[in-house]
Amino acid sequence: MILPALFFYLFAGVCVASAVMVIVSRNPVHSVLFLILAFVNAAGLFVLMGAEFLAMILVVVYVGAVAVLFLFVIMMLDVDFAELREGFLEYLPIGLVIGAVFLAELLLVGGGWVINAGTAKSITAAIPNNVSNTEALGLVLYTRYIHYFQIAGMVLLVAMIGAIVLTLRHKVNVKRQDINVQNARTPELAMSVRKVASGQGLQDVDAAEWVQ
Amino acid sequence: MSFESAGYQLLPVLPELVLALGAMVLLMIGAYRGAHSTALVTGLAIGLLVLTGLLELALPAGKAITFGGSFILDDFARFLKILALIGSVATLVLSAEYLADSSRRIFEYSILVLLSTLGMMVLISAGDLIMLYLGLELMSLALYVVAASNRDNVKSTEAGLKYFVLGALSSGMLLYGASLVYGFTGTVSFAGVAAAVKTGSIGIVFGLVFLLAGLCFKISAVPFHMWTPDVYEGAPTPVTAFFASAPKVAALAVFTRVALTAFPGIVPQWQQIVVFVAIASMALGSFAAIGQRNIKRLMAYSSIGHMGFALVGLAAGTTEGAQGVLVYIAIYVAMTLGSFAVILTIKRNGQQFENISDFAGLSRTNPLLAFFFAMLLFSLAGVPPLAGFFAKFYVFVAAIKAGLFTLSVVGVLTSVVGAYYYLVIVKVMYFDEPLPKLDPVRVELRTVLGIAGLFNIFFFAYPGPLVSMASAAAKSLF
Repeated sequence: MILPALFFYLFAGVCVASAVMVIVSRNPVHSVLFLILAFVNAAGLFVLMGAEFLAMILVVVYVGAVAVLFLFVIMMLDVDFAELREGFLEYLPIGLVIGAVFLAELLLVGGGWVINAGTAKSITAAIPNNVSNTEALGLVLYTRYIHYFQIAGMVLLVAMIGAIVLTLRHKVNVKRQDINVQNARTPELAMSVRKVASGQGLQDVDAAEWVQ
Repeated sequence: MSFESAGYQLLPVLPELVLALGAMVLLMIGAYRGAHSTALVTGLAIGLLVLTGLLELALPAGKAITFGGSFILDDFARFLKILALIGSVATLVLSAEYLADSSRRIFEYSILVLLSTLGMMVLISAGDLIMLYLGLELMSLALYVVAASNRDNVKSTEAGLKYFVLGALSSGMLLYGASLVYGFTGTVSFAGVAAAVKTGSIGIVFGLVFLLAGLCFKISAVPFHMWTPDVYEGAPTPVTAFFASAPKVAALAVFTRVALTAFPGIVPQWQQIVVFVAIASMALGSFAAIGQRNIKRLMAYSSIGHMGFALVGLAAGTTEGAQGVLVYIAIYVAMTLGSFAVILTIKRNGQQFENISDFAGLSRTNPLLAFFFAMLLFSLAGVPPLAGFFAKFYVFVAAIKAGLFTLSVVGVLTSVVGAYYYLVIVKVMYFDEPLPKLDPVRVELRTVLGIAGLFNIFFFAYPGPLVSMASAAAKSLF
């Protein structure tokens, strides 16, 4: 019993500490790296609760895609974060108010959990005992919920077509690799042997001929 | 476990399957044959939509439920799907000229319209909240892209971006409402929600408000209408015609289905929301349109107002009210498509004009066109004996029978205000100094305008079929 508790405090402690660092660190790249650390620790917490699927998704989607995207955006956009931070103290009161509201909500949720622990169970389906939750999801996703899965696939298809329609431009004057032309080249086409008279060079050769 | 035995019959979704597979085949044709296949893909897409509609009609009558209750095919769904398909076909027909322009020969346009239509059909048949959301996203995502499809034009890009950002916000609200409803009832299916909701607890009402807010955005009802004028003005005109017709049908359909089948236990609670939204939409649609100079912006406010009128029928919460909504939306689609066909004809020397002043003297240069447009405008204003009058008649009768007198009086008053700005256009066409003659009107515009215009003028002579179909469709909800 002591080991899970130790791991819980390890993950939770690192998670909260890195979340704090996300906000206070001066360098935005450091912020994103701390954000990744927070995500990984949250994934650890999920594993402790037996939700290994959520843990994997968190690592794959948030760490693998979203955080890396953040990193790219921060590196590419020239945002002056020092300037953004100038009003930090000015906004502190309203930030504290919002923080207090969140804290109160959390306490209410926690309180409800303690007072009536059965509420959550009464309106959710029972958790199957002998299958892991990845397997449980897999069992219904492609059978009972096949129609949702397919329509979600169509939505993604639309997203893909949309991205292509809105961004792809066929430019005319761009050099593209044409493998057939490359293969059809013979030594006769590609090179010519000349006798070069000393001190005169190859003045008669058109430069374009060499580019081909 | 076989599919059929588990309540997963595929027959009721046959039209959707055909449409989805057909869209993917057309995508491949377009991708392999390149930009010069645009006309071919558009033609095939129109054929595919017609085929889907015929399959929809050929399916056995009556109610069929499949996919464990998340897909419902009843007379209501059938009526509205046919209507949405008509809207999509007309859009593709109206888009022919837009797509023929060499600078934007994008075959994906038709594919996106097809996939958006697929989303609408899913949305109309949705039997639970997840299906509703998936259908809504499939429909909207394709719409955001077609709004920005004229990507070299700043206004079109702006329209797409605006629609996308606000659409994402409304999806968020809808999902929040759906999660509250799920949290308080423990189920996502409409039938399950209806069985669980007998009294309006505060949590359920919260969920209901957010759910309806998300849907109000899609039908552009006040106070979620802000995107409409800008998007309508910025998007290419055939796309605007699409926005004003088929997606409105689907969104209004799901609005009606959610209100009447998922929350029949708390009618007073949603009724007051619908009454407020209807009054606000009718009032804003009438007053804000008066100052408009751009015909597309005017049509945007007009559509806001018309959605308000359609919601009057829903507010009644009766079979008659639902029938009124269905008749209204059918006639609205015809009037809108006809009007946009006229707007597309206003071209001089190959350049499209969009201001109301560009219609000046149309009665002397193109008398037939002017006559049809005038009739459509009178119909939009609700002048008897044109179709638009009957549309309003059915919803107001239902509202009065349900005892909603204030709503009916406000509706009639705002429709009088609305008549003013429609009549201003008629005045510009008939009494102002004529501008140079228009370019020859393309045959597909004539076809759409002819069908919509004749339906509009002669509806009073033979209203039976539409009204009885709407009545059967409305009954299938109760």
